[in-house]
Parts: sequence; structure tokens; C-alpha cells
Amino acid sequence: MQSEWPLWEVFIRPKNGLHHIHAGSLHAADAAMAIQNARDVYTRRNEGVSLWVVESVHLHASDPDDADMLFEPAKDKIYRHPTFYDLPDEVKHM
Amino acid sequence: MTSTWQPLDHFLLMRGDDCLVLGHRLSEWCGHGPVLEQDMALTNIALDLIGQARLYYQYAGARLGQTEDQLAYLRTERNYFNAWLVEQPNGDFAHTIVRQFYYDWYENALLEVLEGSADEHLAAIAAKSRKEARYHRQFSSEWVIRLGDGTEESHQRMQVALNRLLPYVRELFENQPRHQMLIADGILSDVNGLWEGTEKEMKAVITEATLSFPVAAALPARGRDGLHTEHLGYLLTELQYMQRTYPGLTW
Repeated sequence: MQSEWPLWEVFIRPKNGLHHIHAGSLHAADAAMAIQNARDVYTRRNEGVSLWVVESVHLHASDPDDADMLFEPAKDKIYRHPTFYDLPDEVKHM
Repeated sequence: MTSTWQPLDHFLLMRGDDCLVLGHRLSEWCGHGPVLEQDMALTNIALDLIGQARLYYQYAGARLGQTEDQLAYLRTERNYFNAWLVEQPNGDFAHTIVRQFYYDWYENALLEVLEGSADEHLAAIAAKSRKEARYHRQFSSEWVIRLGDGTEESHQRMQVALNRLLPYVRELFENQPRHQMLIADGILSDVNGLWEGTEKEMKAVITEATLSFPVAAALPARGRDGLHTEHLGYLLTELQYMQRTYPGLTW
């Protein structure tokens, strides 16, 4: 029998309109307990208005050894950033 | 001192004492929880309860000309009016959860009616506390189900705790003779009348947990009169140590 509870990843929505952000992980026996534990461990200081939990085994990650291959090529493609447009002075927050 | 207390003061102290004593018991789990997450869950509930105790003490203190600290730290055992249930030791995790379960169902039933109290201050305290109380009840009820319907050992430990603590529960639902006028004035409600519905709801959870609702006679508990089991004295000794040793100490 497995003696440790499975690991879960916790995502918190800081406020309505924003997206859920990864906050950390915890152990729990089931999803209901994971939500409660997330509430007790990660939202004690008013961190959010909504929680998601996902069992960690369901997350698939990119291989750190592939980082060069995956992310380096984007670094010299500055034309993908919308920085070549002249914006009117009235437009803020761009 | 006691003679100057009005019935409402007694009720406020009784409620504050229930919250403070149970909060203190839960705080004893700090650093000892079965896993980190439950350690934090229990101490969060402890802090909620101590926060609720402060609301009652502040209200009583304003009426009595005392501070909340004086009420918490300088009253003796015979002037504490909490129910016997909340002063019972933590025991194993099953006992802590069952004690919490019984208390949470009582507190939710009580706060629900207190929200409509003719005393606006009391109604506001109830409305504020009820959000926390609902979470506590969900927490303890889910644990009752999880452990009752868990392993053979957890099931057996839960049944032992349910049986052992049920005799303490009826005290919570007893109307106090000294509160009769408050009930008549719509400030308090008839707690005895809350028992039937609450018992039914607790039974539903216990049945879902594959456990049996115990058949047990109520103890002649008199915590509301300041008469306690042997456990409260030890608890207060620890809780009040600092103020008694260094009177007026602040930090």
C-alpha cells in the first residue's frame, strides 16, 4: 500500500479577471482534501478568490535539457514583438 | 464579581469561553499535526475560534468595564462557562475531529438563529462568525466521512470517539434558566429546539461515514454554571500563566 498521499499542484486566481497562477504543491488523499489543504496552506493571507488543484502526475513538463532547442531560437526574433508601430500619444498601457 | 453579571453578560462569556477553550485545545496541535497540511488546518481553525472569542469578550468587556484580556486571562475556572465538550483533551486525531464535528454542528445551528437576534451587536457577531463556522463544519464532516469510511483502524477509532464524546453534546443544546428573559425578548433563541434538526443532520453524515450514531445518556454537565471536569483547570493554568506571572505584560 502506498503510505504517502499523492502530490497536488495548487493554482490561485488572485482576483476576478486575472488567471490562475501556480502557487506551490501539497499532499492530499483526494481532490476535496486538496482544495481544503490549499485553502489552509496557501490562502491564509488573502492571496486569492479561486483555487484549482491538479494531481502532479497529470502535469507533463518540458525537459530542461531541451531548453536551448526550445527557447533560444525565439530570442533573436525581435520582430515578433509589436514594438515597431508608432502609437498615438493618447494610447496608454501598451 | 459574578453578582454584577447580567444574563446577557453570562451568555457572551459562555460563547466566548466555548470558542477560546476549543481554540486553545486546537492550538495544542501546532507542530504536532499528522501532516503539515492538517497541522495548518487545525491551527487556522484555532485562530478563527480565538478571533470569535475576542468578539464576545470585547462586547462583554464594554458592558462590564473590563478588557478582553482581563476576561480571558484573569477569570478563574469557576467563572468560566464553556461546555464540557470543548475542554476535553485532544486524544487521538479521531477524538479531535469528533469533538470538532459535534461542536461545529452546534455552533452553525446556533449562529444561524443568532443572526436574527434582536440585539444588533450579537447579530453582527453571528453573521461574521458564521462564514468561518461553515468552513469548520465542512472540514470536520469530511474528515468524519474519510476516516469512518477509511481503514478498519480509522473506522474503529472514529466509532470509539463518537461514543465517548456524545454524552457531552446535549449540554450545548440546553436552555439556561437565567437566559429565559433573553429568549422571551428575542435576543437569544431556544437552543433546545435546535437539537432535533441538528441531530438528524449529524446522523446523515455519520451514516455516510458507515459509522453508527451512538445511543448514550447525556452527562449531567454543568459547565454553564462554572462547574467543570478536571481538564479545564490544567488548560487555564497554561493559558493564563504569562499574565499571572507577569501581571500587565504586553508584547
